[in-house]
Amino acid sequence: MAVTAGHREATRRAVEPASSSQRLKESAFKATMLLSTLVGLLFLTVLLVDVGRDGLPLVGADFITSFPSRISPETSGVRSALQGTLLLIVVTAAFIVPVGIATAIYLEEYADTERWWNRIIELNIQNLAAVPSIVYGILGLAWIVRGPLSLGRVLLAGALTLGLLVLPVVIVVAREAIRAVPSSIRDGSLALGATQWQTIWKQVLPGALPGIATGVILALSRAIGETAPLILVGAVAFYRFDSDGLLSSFSALPIQILEAVTDSDPAFRDLAAAAIIVLLVILLLMNSVAIFLRNRYEQKW
Amino acid sequence: MASADFTARAAGPPGSGAGLRYRRTRRSAGEQVIKVLLGAAALLSVVTTTGIVVSLLSETIAFFGEVGFAEFFLGTDWNPLRQGDQQSFGVLPLIWSTVYLTLIGLVIAIPLGIASAIYLAEYASPRVRRIIKPTLEVLAGIPTIVLGYFALTYVTPIVLRDLLGIEVRIFNGLSAGIVLGILVLPTIASVAEDALSSVPQSLREGAYGLGATQRQVVLRVVFPAALSGIVAALVLGASRAIGETVVILIAAGADPNLTFDLGVSHQTMAAFIAQTARGDISQGGTEFQTIFAVGTTLFVITLLVNAIAIRLVRRFRQVYD
Repeated sequence: MAVTAGHREATRRAVEPASSSQRLKESAFKATMLLSTLVGLLFLTVLLVDVGRDGLPLVGADFITSFPSRISPETSGVRSALQGTLLLIVVTAAFIVPVGIATAIYLEEYADTERWWNRIIELNIQNLAAVPSIVYGILGLAWIVRGPLSLGRVLLAGALTLGLLVLPVVIVVAREAIRAVPSSIRDGSLALGATQWQTIWKQVLPGALPGIATGVILALSRAIGETAPLILVGAVAFYRFDSDGLLSSFSALPIQILEAVTDSDPAFRDLAAAAIIVLLVILLLMNSVAIFLRNRYEQKW
Repeated sequence: MASADFTARAAGPPGSGAGLRYRRTRRSAGEQVIKVLLGAAALLSVVTTTGIVVSLLSETIAFFGEVGFAEFFLGTDWNPLRQGDQQSFGVLPLIWSTVYLTLIGLVIAIPLGIASAIYLAEYASPRVRRIIKPTLEVLAGIPTIVLGYFALTYVTPIVLRDLLGIEVRIFNGLSAGIVLGILVLPTIASVAEDALSSVPQSLREGAYGLGATQRQVVLRVVFPAALSGIVAALVLGASRAIGETVVILIAAGADPNLTFDLGVSHQTMAAFIAQTARGDISQGGTEFQTIFAVGTTLFVITLLVNAIAIRLVRRFRQVYD
């Protein structure tokens, strides 16, 4: 099925429409397809320019290091929200990396897919990926903030909720990376007397690591852009304290943006734009790391 | 399957007696413990689903102890947070706005998404693809809170009011619907492109051989052959739009309206849940339980939509793998 672009191009060139009216139809169709494609790109450009124009004048050292203020938008900053978002990245990663990789290893290397319980796990993960994030928020509220775990409205509760939300992403990408390690590597290791776990730990995982790392970063960048679950879990907007560990109240950039943009005073809108720029810069950095890892370490088998 | 492969490899020819004994000694207690731990991690996903279902259902059942089924699903007034006689629990306005705004989004995303997919899969040169595809991925990675900000501060005042001259309130369904469309556009474009690209090249060559032009090949051969995959792309997009929260919360306001009018505020199921959770409401009251009743309704609808998508994707894979 591997059809190269050059192959298609050759086929295409071989067939030129005969009449000029037909040729016109051909180019009109192609132009329509191209213009439609450009709409998405145009939207993205206008969005970035608009956010940059509104927010860039505000972004500076003061903005990063000042606490937010409900009274004076001019001196308001994102200190607590930025701390919250950075901590959420670390804590969510500490949760999803071991659990996500372990699940992927189990499903790829151990699970007998003929068994009904393994099929249930697979189907379940497929369905979880489609559950709206607000529903994860309800789960976080009912089982993590209150209920069985009863952690309260704290950072750890937010990180666990976001972690559950993006686990399916990690699992799916990690499984693909593990599957891409050729079985000849496993055969060689087993033939030399390694146990199954030794083979996975010393041969399969190192080979799959670049792919897994990319997946984890993608999942984390989805997690820190999420707003809805944090509303339910009770992240605080305009939080005027430094972060005090996993079991204290917390803020996060999306929550700060939401409160600023829905404030009745339009002066807060530019504040939201500035906070959006901070959020986008973090996302850009994370994705650059992912791209670097993919290009630098990805193995061709 | 994977584990069967492993034991077969470790044990030599399957069924040989020596192999079986060898396998038993190789499996130390430590290996077993590791397998159990990994399985436990995999079970967390099942626990998550159970947690979602149990937490939703327990409060929803309590809710329906207070509010009748018919009042909830057939009522057309949604005022759960008011007091006394003004309080009403008809969820139809929320369901209506969820479906209506999703449809508005799809009206925008379907032509644009499919056209993008056709352009990328059938027309774009490799160099153009290398530019456009990552850009669409960037669009897909923009947090929805940013799209909400853009809908409220740019689409409504500048595009709708100034540029197009449409009379809309500051919180309106139209800008939310348009931005929902842009939100699901990358999903639809990328899944539909996969579907188009997996149509075998021999079909195209056959059509060219009969004298078809490229447009005819795309529209009459490739597109129909990829149709189930394209439909799956649309369903996936719809499922994302149905569950979207903050775009609607910011752009469409917080008034539930059972109307076709897009110039006024609309509240979807997800937006109601978020809006209510932002306020201070006491746990255990009927107001608190509405979050769960609406959450259950939303959860069931997305599960149904997703089940359709999975079935369609599976069918289109079977055809071409």
